[in-house]
Amino acid sequence: MKGISTQEQHSVKFQHVNVKLLLNTPEAVHLDAVIPVFHGWIQEQVFDELLLDVADYRHVHEGPGIVLIGHEADYSLDKTDGRLGIRYNRKAPLEGNNQDRLIQATRAVLNACIRMEQDSRLNGQIAFNGQEIEIFINDRMLAPNLERTREAVAPDLDTLLRKLFGSTTYSLEFTTDPRKLLEARIRASRAFSSSELIQNLAPEGLEL
Amino acid sequence: MKASNSLWKDELAGKMPQHLAREIDIFETEITLRKQGKLDERLFAETLLRRGTYGQRYDNGQRSDGKKVQQLDFPSGELTKGPNTMWDAPGMQRIKIPAGGLNAAQLETMAELAEEYSDGIAHVTTRQDFQLHYVHIDDTPALMRRLAAANITTREACGNSVRNVTACPYAGVCQDEAFDVTPYARALSRFLLGHPDCQNFGRKFKPAFSGCVQHACGLTSMHDLGLIAAKRSNPETGKEELGFELYVGGGLGAVPYQAKLFDSFVPLHELLPLAQAIARIFARHGEKKNRNRARIKFLIQDLGIEKFRELVLEERKILPYDPRWREYIEEARPQEEMPLKPSGELSSLVIIENLNGSSEDFRHWLKTNTRPQRQSGYVTVTVALPLGDITANQLRSLAHIVRRFTRESVRTTVEQNFVIRWVSKSDLPELYKRLRAVGLGNPGAGTLVDITSCPGTDTCKLGISSSRGLAAELRRRMTEKSFQMDQAVQNLHIKISGCFNSCGQHHVADLGFYGVSRKIAGYAVPHFQVVLGGEWSHNAGSYGLPVVAVPSKNIPQVVERLTNRYVAGRRDGESFKDFIKRLGKAELKTLLEDLTRPPAGDHSLFSDWGDPREYTLGDMGEGECAGEVVSPVEFGLGAAERELFEAQLAFEGNRIKQAGRKAYESMLTAAKALVKIENPNISDDPDQIIAEFRAHYYDTQKFFDPFAGGKFANYLFDAHRKANQPYTTESARYLMHEAQLFIDAAHSCNNRLGTLVTA
Repeated sequence: MKGISTQEQHSVKFQHVNVKLLLNTPEAVHLDAVIPVFHGWIQEQVFDELLLDVADYRHVHEGPGIVLIGHEADYSLDKTDGRLGIRYNRKAPLEGNNQDRLIQATRAVLNACIRMEQDSRLNGQIAFNGQEIEIFINDRMLAPNLERTREAVAPDLDTLLRKLFGSTTYSLEFTTDPRKLLEARIRASRAFSSSELIQNLAPEGLEL
Repeated sequence: MKASNSLWKDELAGKMPQHLAREIDIFETEITLRKQGKLDERLFAETLLRRGTYGQRYDNGQRSDGKKVQQLDFPSGELTKGPNTMWDAPGMQRIKIPAGGLNAAQLETMAELAEEYSDGIAHVTTRQDFQLHYVHIDDTPALMRRLAAANITTREACGNSVRNVTACPYAGVCQDEAFDVTPYARALSRFLLGHPDCQNFGRKFKPAFSGCVQHACGLTSMHDLGLIAAKRSNPETGKEELGFELYVGGGLGAVPYQAKLFDSFVPLHELLPLAQAIARIFARHGEKKNRNRARIKFLIQDLGIEKFRELVLEERKILPYDPRWREYIEEARPQEEMPLKPSGELSSLVIIENLNGSSEDFRHWLKTNTRPQRQSGYVTVTVALPLGDITANQLRSLAHIVRRFTRESVRTTVEQNFVIRWVSKSDLPELYKRLRAVGLGNPGAGTLVDITSCPGTDTCKLGISSSRGLAAELRRRMTEKSFQMDQAVQNLHIKISGCFNSCGQHHVADLGFYGVSRKIAGYAVPHFQVVLGGEWSHNAGSYGLPVVAVPSKNIPQVVERLTNRYVAGRRDGESFKDFIKRLGKAELKTLLEDLTRPPAGDHSLFSDWGDPREYTLGDMGEGECAGEVVSPVEFGLGAAERELFEAQLAFEGNRIKQAGRKAYESMLTAAKALVKIENPNISDDPDQIIAEFRAHYYDTQKFFDPFAGGKFANYLFDAHRKANQPYTTESARYLMHEAQLFIDAAHSCNNRLGTLVTA
């Protein structure tokens, strides 16, 4: 691991948030069906972010699956750790505070999820399982996977999760391998739809 | 792009080798100057290449999305990082790994970088490098600093420089080697890196080392500089002496060249000065203006090996003495790798008891992925990577495994795999279980399913067809049944390139494929040229020849048909190469002929593997597939293909003069087909065809390949200029390759012209 002298000065201001929504019945999902969907998103440039290309890693064991490469962010049907989910990887830095960046990434992945859930080409294969979310900070300098960092980011995560789940309880577990990205695995005690979560995130009529 | 980019310099201060740190500081300054418009884009582009930073597909800011060409509006606007290369467009970062040698910490660094700067995948190349894709240029200084802190450099990984020095991954543990070449590969790499005599090449320069003549591992025959370990009795002292057989001027590329023997024995202490003298002669006499003839193979072809040798040896005599010649060799003297565990044996009881029902898979894996070392009780283990790809998590797991079982002895291979060395045989069941648990226990290393592929249209700007898509499809179809296949078929090699440039090394495969495009019924269709009969063993001992172009989607049938025919028709002990030679071009073409034509109405042919976009939509007219209209140009190009085929038959029959003549005529026929568009009354006079082709297609650049420029037209002009010279076996073989490439280029030109007409 890197030393922490520089990190200490920046320990709680993080960027490059990744959010992953785990899917229902992952065994029923055919990743090849997602490829034309992602190409369609590029054709229509469906998000504010610039979408560029599709990378196919179906051949790799528990890898990034199918990745929609963008300039500001990537979207993927990700199989890391054998847990299939829709993942948003924010690459470009964002203004604001940690909470703003967590909300932005969560909103982005929920938007992508809703699009997939509603896409007739996918025949309902893809649906959020309603309960499990993973959050990563994809920058070891800003957020090394150390006890100190995990303690520092916990309040920000808690604030986000209270927005998402309201009064519903949830469990949060950090992975502790210091070689890996800082990662929190969250499980709500009841199921939510992706639409419900995005409403919870932006209740004041903000653009979804 | 990364918010933390500016922090890494301070964080890693003092942890990087000073020369690498300085180099990266300079690079960072150059980035700043370029952003301020104070550094010319062409100069900056070469600067990037010499740091291993390469462009990717669509970096000109345009991408066909299957319906239209889309403008990619990057935030940095018109800022470029090279001619026609947008600043924000993601690029590829190549990372040099001399001799493929890595330790566990370096594997972990690679994992971190793949996650943080790329798309989570590290790709092992056919020259033992790593590549990360979709990297933003602003991230590269931080990425390089993190590599430098792990003692890895990207310097001169691309560009007109000395590329990664490759070496047999079994060096030091191989049963058949003369001696361990690893230290000398590292010494040469260290000596030539940034050397002033290597900064003025017209093109790249690739060295490779092998410990023996008979195996493929070093592939020295296809390298600019090939070194094979050799021993002799010193003529003066009578003592055993180590040295190298030294070869020069090999290379694949569009037209493959076999390296020529420069010296049958170069003593160890002469390795570095002789390499330096070769570099000087290449820099001084090599082509600079026409990059298509700038590799050292062309210089040697033009001068002849004798004259080249004479020039080099004269240069060697006047080289100022450099103490590093001896120092680097002395410092590199074999520091023998040591095992972590005591040697052991594999008990059959252990196999059955410890593998929880996977003992059959284990047996397959043992057979294909392990190899006894020279040192009794130890084996090497090959970790077969699908398409050379490995995830960040897998890299970390691999790091853990090599720490657990070895003294971190792991190397990348030119077959895009890893080799773990010094594994005690008694550890194999446990090692297998751990590899399998993380998806790294795939059997079939070095067999038919272990397919080599360049990036192709996935990310490469030069890609014509989807080499990775095809490789993935072939692998998927064959993996399950591979162990039911005949043993002779299991041992074949498949290698795929997305274009004629041979990064997938298709020339040295039993079954090689390279991407071309053809027009069918007015539609551009991705194809692969089938190249058969190459030799992987004997350091890539001979090259295959193109047989026929087949639509991409029909290639799996080509593989199935050829392998079935081999199993049914081969003679006792007959190699695939010999079988192909015996079968002959005519029979092969007949065997595959129907696969060159699409079934009526089959629209699947009009997109490539793994990519649902319709292939070059701009070429398509309004008509349906079945309404086929063949233009006079296509008839002409078909005739050219037939003539080239006749040339190949003549070559097979050892009618060299006829082969050369026919190959030349096939080029004329293809040129004439295109000229007819402009002048329907063009005669058969070669001089008139050449003159009008030059006027209509070369001077106007209509024939120019988007990336190779006028390279293929020059093949025609050269062939015409030499038409009255006698053909040798070698020159006829080169000419047939060039004719095939010229005809492919004529097809591409016709496709482009079609685009102009229908757009």
